[in-house]
Amino acid sequence: MVTLTIDGKKVTVRKLSTVLDAIKKLNISIPTLCHHPDLTPFGGCRLCIVDIKGIARPTTACTTPVSEGMEVITTSPTLEKMRRTTLELLLSDHPDDCRVCERAGDCKLQELAYFYGIRENHFLGERRIYKKRDGNPFIERDMEKCILCGKCVRVCDEIEGVGAIDFAYRGFRTKICPPYDKDLDCEFCGQCVAVCPTGALTGKMWKQKGRQNLKEIDTICPYCGCGCNITLLIKRNDVIRVTSKPETINEGWLCVKGRFCYEFINSPERLTKPLIRVVPKESSAFSVQQTNPPFLSLSKELFREASWDEALNYIADRLKEIKEKYGPDSIAGLSSAKCTNEENYLFQKFIRAVIGTNNVDHCARY
Amino acid sequence: MTNSIPEAENHDVVFVIGSNTTETHPIIGLKMKKAVRKGAELIVADPRKIDLVRFATVWLQHKPGTDVALLNSIMHVITKEGLIDKKFIETWTEGFESFKELLEEYPPEVGEKITGVPKEDIIKAALLYGNAIRPGIYFAMGITQHTHGTENVYSIANLAMMTGNLGRESTGVNPLRGQNNVQGACDMGCLPDFYPGYQKVNLQGVKEKFENAWKVKLSEKTGLTAPEMINSANDGNLKAMYIMGENPVLSDPDVNNTLKALNKLDFLIVQDIFMTETAEIADVVLPSVCFAEKEGTFTNTERRVQLLRKAVEPPGESKEDLWIITQLSKRLGYEMRYDSAEEVFQEAGRLWPALAGMTYKRIAKKGLQWPCPTPDHPGTQYLFKGGFPRGKASFSIVRYREAEELPDNEYPFLLSTGRHLFQYHTGSMTRKIDAINKIAPEAYIEINPDDAKQLGIDDGKIIRVSSRRGSISIKAMISDRPRRGMVFIPFHFREAAANILTSNNHDPISKIPEFKVCAVKLEIT
Repeated sequence: MVTLTIDGKKVTVRKLSTVLDAIKKLNISIPTLCHHPDLTPFGGCRLCIVDIKGIARPTTACTTPVSEGMEVITTSPTLEKMRRTTLELLLSDHPDDCRVCERAGDCKLQELAYFYGIRENHFLGERRIYKKRDGNPFIERDMEKCILCGKCVRVCDEIEGVGAIDFAYRGFRTKICPPYDKDLDCEFCGQCVAVCPTGALTGKMWKQKGRQNLKEIDTICPYCGCGCNITLLIKRNDVIRVTSKPETINEGWLCVKGRFCYEFINSPERLTKPLIRVVPKESSAFSVQQTNPPFLSLSKELFREASWDEALNYIADRLKEIKEKYGPDSIAGLSSAKCTNEENYLFQKFIRAVIGTNNVDHCARY
Repeated sequence: MTNSIPEAENHDVVFVIGSNTTETHPIIGLKMKKAVRKGAELIVADPRKIDLVRFATVWLQHKPGTDVALLNSIMHVITKEGLIDKKFIETWTEGFESFKELLEEYPPEVGEKITGVPKEDIIKAALLYGNAIRPGIYFAMGITQHTHGTENVYSIANLAMMTGNLGRESTGVNPLRGQNNVQGACDMGCLPDFYPGYQKVNLQGVKEKFENAWKVKLSEKTGLTAPEMINSANDGNLKAMYIMGENPVLSDPDVNNTLKALNKLDFLIVQDIFMTETAEIADVVLPSVCFAEKEGTFTNTERRVQLLRKAVEPPGESKEDLWIITQLSKRLGYEMRYDSAEEVFQEAGRLWPALAGMTYKRIAKKGLQWPCPTPDHPGTQYLFKGGFPRGKASFSIVRYREAEELPDNEYPFLLSTGRHLFQYHTGSMTRKIDAINKIAPEAYIEINPDDAKQLGIDDGKIIRVSSRRGSISIKAMISDRPRRGMVFIPFHFREAAANILTSNNHDPISKIPEFKVCAVKLEIT
């Protein structure tokens, strides 16, 4: 363990900690844009600069290891002026379109501009103009809004192990892009979107769906067995975005399905009324085709709509009839690994206690 | 899983066999990659060059269906090298001596001959696992979907037991469950031989317990498994089926057989959120609500029971499954009265002690892992700490058996089916997503470049793939993923349904179909 002093307060941290870790331990607020606790320190944004006794120039806290007896100052008029200048430089090459930006209100750069009261810019000059739009269907990559913090590059490499993007070109033309500046072609986990501090990376399907007054519901991903915790963002009655919090069992990381595959909820193809078959089964599109059945949705011709009462009474009558004629073991139920525990419990109770058979199973084998 | 997902990053050796983890369980895949970054060695045993191979110290590309031979050979080396855990074997197991004799039959040379894996790699993997301090084995359907799937699992258990690698943090055997709540559906007794909590339907006293709780006479006859239901329908014995949230037409093997069977039923009820291929042949289709429109619990692969919260109102007149079941029950003369989903959960907890200590309030934040028998129990992070509940665990004498249907002159290729990253299962949810349909729009068959060259198949060409059950037209994807002689088709796509080809052969114990091995031929159209 190492003990050091920050702004006059003593703090003890583990040996390989950084000065930023120690600052965070003391709950002292310090601006950062390129830092993420799960990624290797980068020292790119220069906002976490601190004065350390014995070192002539301000140093980035995120890349400086702690040492015994170190004395650190996190704020002074000079440090704040330098931070402000750094921010102004970043903003001087950043589109002024917070009004229509998806991340407005949830943007670290905007928030820092707000705290430092930066309205006008002293550094008007050349701007990076990128006309090309990335054609991938998931992730909007607006590289004019990119501040080159490199979080997306690190998360893709260090967490996802994919390395789909990296820094390319030099100097003012430095840009983050896939190989040969082509369209993004990756696992589309969206980890990069989750860590991006600005509006450079957003979900394409989020566009203009809403930024404020969203209802947040913490729930569980409906896909595989990992059981990732997700947060549904809701506007009116529509899920418009899915995120995940860092304190969850999945540490905020999701896959393409968890993060981007929620639109089935609002699909116009959802069943909305009980349906009763009107034509014999042999006419079903799928069943008559031996090979490559065409995707025909014949449901409108195969079924008629019914009320719940009619449908439920019809089922009850038919099941009673079959049970009386052939016995309870002539009936079987298949439940679902997609349904809840409660639904599965009640389903097997229905088959066992009401129908009177143990013919109940589900899709565990498939 | 005997371990928990967070423990995965602290293994010193990760042994993945029959799981394409980064595509089918991406977040557990992240943990494995993290373990490797922290210094763990990764052993991957898979007939395909899955993405995890990039991170592996050793990759065992065994022939599909030869897992028992591979594992026995690995265990042979471990025994010969003296890497067994004698104390664990003595204290917690029985039958090791005769098991050891069996291993004599599987020196690495024999393993190489059966599996196609160079014996040096078998030895390397054995030494890595045998010398590990905190190894974790991970498997999924690549192990279970075989006519000897149960034997594959026994082999994995043998390996963990002989090395004493169970019952410790970051050390164990971890089957990865494929669906969000497949663990829960099993736990809740949607199985023909078990009441909730794996209580046998034909065990003295169990039936009586449930009869008392439910106040009704119950059957003592073990029911039919899903594949047996299809057979029984085909034989004309099963007359009606009630299918809730499943799409067996696309997910079960031998589509034509499944369709024939379901069409023979006098009455088929399907309850779902979409008009699935199975709903299309139903007599009545009931619209239910999806995960975002209801409250309840899901149990993930690490036995963690977590709270599902209602976020939006369901469309049209669709109703919650709980409402539908209680309404049907009432009409059949049995009243089920519940004011909330939690009342159902509490009833399950009264009948299965492992859940008894859980309430919605307790699981609201991070869930709880069963067993959690009392209100102050913190849940169980990993299983078998300090021993097995049944006392001593037995070694199973398992010999390598060939798969039921292997390639021959007429059908010279071995087909495995499975998932890929972007689509999910029969696609009833993911195929409604525009963005997904842009990047993963259609089915394909992975063919090894050498095989493709020999047959004159070009990448992207539509070819005809046939088995003894049927044939499909499908796009060829020339890929170095499958080993020579093997092809792979994802089963998500209705237009080229992989399950038209798969066989109806089952494991005799678990009744799981052999999705990972059947024989097909490829023809240029």
